[in-house]
Amino acid sequence: MRTLLKLISFAGLGLTVVPSFLVFAGRIAWATHAALMLVGTVLWFGSAPFWMLKTKPHE
Amino acid sequence: MSTLPARAAAAQVAQQSLADRLDAINEFDREPVPPDRLQGPGSFIGLYAGEHLAGTEFVIGPLFVAHGVAARDLVLGLLVGNLLAVLSWAFITAPIATRTRLNLYWHLRKITGPNLLFVYNIVNALMFCFLAGSMISVAATAVGLPLGMAMPRLNDVYPNSVGWVLVVFLVGITVTALAILGFEKIAAAGQVASPWMFMVFVAAAVAVLPRLGVTSLGDFWRVASERIWTGVPAHGVAKFSFWHIMFFAWFCNMAMHIGMADMTVLRYAKRWQYGFLSACGMYLGHFVAWIASGILCAAALGDVAPGPIAYLGAGVTGAATVVIASWTTANPTLYRAGLALQTISPNWKRWKVTLVAGAVTTAAAIFPALMMRLLDFVALYGLILMPMGAVIFADFWLLPRLGLRQRFAEWKSLLFSWPAALTWVITLVACWAINAIWGLEIFFLGLPGWFIATVLYVGLSAIQQPAQLRAARAEA
Repeated sequence: MRTLLKLISFAGLGLTVVPSFLVFAGRIAWATHAALMLVGTVLWFGSAPFWMLKTKPHE
Repeated sequence: MSTLPARAAAAQVAQQSLADRLDAINEFDREPVPPDRLQGPGSFIGLYAGEHLAGTEFVIGPLFVAHGVAARDLVLGLLVGNLLAVLSWAFITAPIATRTRLNLYWHLRKITGPNLLFVYNIVNALMFCFLAGSMISVAATAVGLPLGMAMPRLNDVYPNSVGWVLVVFLVGITVTALAILGFEKIAAAGQVASPWMFMVFVAAAVAVLPRLGVTSLGDFWRVASERIWTGVPAHGVAKFSFWHIMFFAWFCNMAMHIGMADMTVLRYAKRWQYGFLSACGMYLGHFVAWIASGILCAAALGDVAPGPIAYLGAGVTGAATVVIASWTTANPTLYRAGLALQTISPNWKRWKVTLVAGAVTTAAAIFPALMMRLLDFVALYGLILMPMGAVIFADFWLLPRLGLRQRFAEWKSLLFSWPAALTWVITLVACWAINAIWGLEIFFLGLPGWFIATVLYVGLSAIQQPAQLRAARAEA
């Protein structure tokens, strides 16, 4: 389960950053990049808290 | 019974009460960190990378653009300045933190006595309030975006519309309420958000490069020099050189490294070398993110309001990033301010103190100057707290080598260390005088200030401790 959640999280990060390079390369429109970023953001926040939260040094 | 002893007794009770109040606040942090709670490098990489990627990064990059720094000066200044910041963490903060294993406040108490620490806490709390205020202003520029709110401009000091005041008020209430209800969850959200925020910074900047005329990597440096960091400041703004950037990058976290606030974090490090891991925060947050937000500012034709420039690069996600980045850092900051302020009114519940801190913070955030003059404020914040870091440094390394006693206030059970207090005040007066007489800008004052503070504290401690010197010699 943890591995699946991590995969979803990294897919979310990928969707957040990769489309901008496609805009830079002229492959997709800016609006598509903005929409994909939003999807990536939802994926990240929907999965990362479940595997990422752990004790920080000052706690 | 004479009145004098009664007064003395009353004064002692009052003083003791103050010490007790302070101790009550630091109740859980008095002991050195035990060996089984030390942490490995991974925790510090995450911590530093997260802490130095905040909403204010959306302001600092554009302000560099507005100050007309040239591209070469920016890149070199950030490389060198961030390196110096990392070295400060590694060679000044971490060695003392890993030897004492105490947090800043408890260690400082041993040097300054509880009453001076009380004053330090109040100053620190006010600084935290203003810092959180700037983050609320940053968030307001994103929240006001869909409302069509008039954005503050670079030289605005006072609010430019009723809409701005209302939005800041709304954001301030929300941040304060969240800080009261559960700051730990917000802090955890900040930890989760960090990797995503970094990606948004990078993506937003990359996506707007074609608008600036960058269609291949080979174009970047030419466009960067001609259209982003042009070397020409905005109207009414001082021009920044390599030295401004270098010193700002070095000293923007001066309260944390040279000022020793990060003893609180690094006392958990297994080795002092973990101080070098601050490089993760410096080169991701204070290099990549500042450059990215500068690119966004240029694409927005010089607009410096964080909300609109983030929206320009990343749409709704960009605006959300500004809000999340600001809230996740404003909340812990507000919480710390409340914690420090609680020393004044220990009988108040934590929520009341946080409410007062939130009110001060929100009132400060209404003035856009706090955000638009963020570079000056950050420099001032570090400068004001720096002398106490120099006092800790001198007390730890220099006093024993000169035959003087460390942590003299603790040894003599003093409530107030006058050498530390005079060092603090005289250093700040000296920095002000250097600024007034020679015109040295605030960004540079930390360097002479640190040497002044160190020499002062050693000299004043020698005046305070002649009897102890003799005793030490007699023992030897």
